[in-house]
Amino acid sequence: MVNDDEKVKTIVDKYNGKHDSVIAILQDVQSEYHYLPEHALRVVASQLGLPLIQICGVATFFKAFSLKPRGEHTVTVCLGTACHVRGAPAVLDEAKRQLGIEPGNTTDDMRFTLETVNCLGACALGPIMVIDGKYHGQMSPRKAKKVLKK
Amino acid sequence: MKKLSSAADLERLRKRILSRRDPEKICISVCGGTGCHAYNCEEVVKALRKEIRIQGLNKTIELKQTGCHGFCERGPLIVLHPKKIFYQRVSPDDVSEIIAETVVKGNIIDRLLYVDPVSGEKAQIEKDVPFYQRQQRLVFGNNGLVDPTNIKDYLAIDGYSALAKVLFTMQPEEVIEEIKKSGLRGRGGGGFPTARKWESCRSAPSSDGIRYIICNADEGDPGAYMDRSLLEGNPHSVLEGMVIGAYAMGADDGYVYVRLEYPLALKNLGIALNQAREYGFLGQNILGSGFDFDVKISRGGGAFICGESTALMASLEGKVGEPRPKHIHTALQGLYGKPTNLNNVETWANVPLIINRGADWYRQIGTEGSKGTKIFSLVGKINNTGLVEVPMGITLREIIYNIGGGIPHGRKFKAIQTGGPSGGCLPESLIDLPVDFDRLTGVGAMMGSGGMIVMDEGTCMVDIARYFIKFLTEESCGKCVPCREGLDRMLDILTDITEGKGKEGDIELLEELGGVIKEASLCALGGTAPNPVLSTIRYFRDEYEAHVRERRCPAGVCKALITFKIDAEKCTGCQVCARECPQGAISGEKKEPHIIDQEKCIKCGLCHDSCKFDAVMIL
Repeated sequence: MVNDDEKVKTIVDKYNGKHDSVIAILQDVQSEYHYLPEHALRVVASQLGLPLIQICGVATFFKAFSLKPRGEHTVTVCLGTACHVRGAPAVLDEAKRQLGIEPGNTTDDMRFTLETVNCLGACALGPIMVIDGKYHGQMSPRKAKKVLKK
Repeated sequence: MKKLSSAADLERLRKRILSRRDPEKICISVCGGTGCHAYNCEEVVKALRKEIRIQGLNKTIELKQTGCHGFCERGPLIVLHPKKIFYQRVSPDDVSEIIAETVVKGNIIDRLLYVDPVSGEKAQIEKDVPFYQRQQRLVFGNNGLVDPTNIKDYLAIDGYSALAKVLFTMQPEEVIEEIKKSGLRGRGGGGFPTARKWESCRSAPSSDGIRYIICNADEGDPGAYMDRSLLEGNPHSVLEGMVIGAYAMGADDGYVYVRLEYPLALKNLGIALNQAREYGFLGQNILGSGFDFDVKISRGGGAFICGESTALMASLEGKVGEPRPKHIHTALQGLYGKPTNLNNVETWANVPLIINRGADWYRQIGTEGSKGTKIFSLVGKINNTGLVEVPMGITLREIIYNIGGGIPHGRKFKAIQTGGPSGGCLPESLIDLPVDFDRLTGVGAMMGSGGMIVMDEGTCMVDIARYFIKFLTEESCGKCVPCREGLDRMLDILTDITEGKGKEGDIELLEELGGVIKEASLCALGGTAPNPVLSTIRYFRDEYEAHVRERRCPAGVCKALITFKIDAEKCTGCQVCARECPQGAISGEKKEPHIIDQEKCIKCGLCHDSCKFDAVMIL
């Protein structure tokens, strides 16, 4: 834990303790841990001399941050408007059924995290499902089932 | 590289760059926008690089990975200059043939050409493709010509000449005057006259003389990605616009607030910033003019509300992205309480164009109240998904049918949604409406940042209204009551209607609530949030009534109101659906028509998807 605290301190130091860097600091912490652990938030707050609640406020307001640990693989279903009209809700339902979790959650074995996104801007491929950064386009519940089974 | 220290320096460098370039040299331009990346264009580039090396053609062929070309539907795209031969749906397997046939022998490969589905005609060159033919790509067109990571490409197409013109031949007031004369209005949604904002920011008192300008690249509207494609494909055009604006307003610092979900835009913009500094287009004493200005990149945190100017500024200060009332405009007190000007990516990219070609030229394009072009992202139930740049005043019909190629599978057009989540849905009767800021607002929609989502008869308008309100409920920051509580209530009512629990009076209540939220909300998010509901009620009231009174979803979308049934005439008894069904709800003997047990059916649609004989009906 001590080492971990040092790691977070190094990140904070990069921004010269500037208060307006809270979001950037948390982004860097998150890319280190893939989520925001409580101890890291405490270190950020004390290093910046800001109340913890202010850091937590930012961490819970922005969607990019997660306070829960994430799984090994991330499955993201795009729910942008173009994907929606082309049937994304049914694809999401199938992903939920296959993984047995609701969006925003991780399977008990920590293998998969299911997420939704409000547009990936690759609308020609809609509905889109992204698994660990790889795009799977023109999804249907049937195709989603096949991809996830793999 | 020594910094350029005068306009003459810049012109000398430009001449040198151009003298080393042979316009007749074959250049293969591969679209590298996010859309084509999703199609694996990277593999095509790798294959091309390898093939060029193997054939020993390094000296005779230039390979360029550019930003988005716009025609996402047919990616990966490549254009072979100077003839501008246009190949689409290119795979790595096609590469050796392209080099051997087209590059070496000059033969066209037929199967890679675009075929117009309407006329059946093949187009050999880019501008003959109907998708491009009707466009006027003034801002976006250079994307196909420049490698965004190479500033020399931008300089070769006259880049930063507008900046030199401004710094050495124009007073700041003259710049603002020119922008005012051009009639440029904000492309981010509001359509506010750009020059008026610039004027207020310039003349606002600042005790220490500090002023900020911001480029809003927090493109949050689902289904809209034109700003991203500009930043990815031609970041210098945006930066040049910003430096010109900074000079006009007397700002010393600038920010680009980029959505976190846009990694490629962040990367290309970062490279562009470093190059611009190295060449002396940013930093101290720009081009030796004595003017100082620099730009920082700020990554957003994934909140839709941060596209709103005051929320964005709060977020830049490291705070929770909540908007504040705008009794005092941000032009007077914005970021850190200083005069601040915020414009959208596309607005900034229009600025060098206006300076270079003049306000009088710019004014000729567009309509009375809306000048210039607008980039739209045309998505949804449309044949040619992509980014299109058209003059203001073009009709929806031209965009949907002539450029967009109409609706897939011969289905019927039902509505087009413009302006993002808080825009409106327009019906077929308005399809000849000329598109500009005021006309769209007049019919209950809005321009927004330029998303256009096409819907066909298979789209339920109540479901789509619910979709947008759900989005906005999640994205409402929660600071003011009308937006936070009002949208929640609207979502409850809409959910009831789509689940067959609607009651008489619900539609009227939605209208009333919508009116209050519009009037009483703090910021533009709440002020426009009811639009999708109000516009769908206005144009598709009968569909709402069918849900409420007849418990019926005419489009066959709302799960609670539909049933899946197997057509005994069409069913061949192949048993595919029975194997797919996660509930074991389908039964029947082999080669005999099957039936669905409605008690067990969860309406997942897998049977409908898997049936090769169209035997599963949605009723």
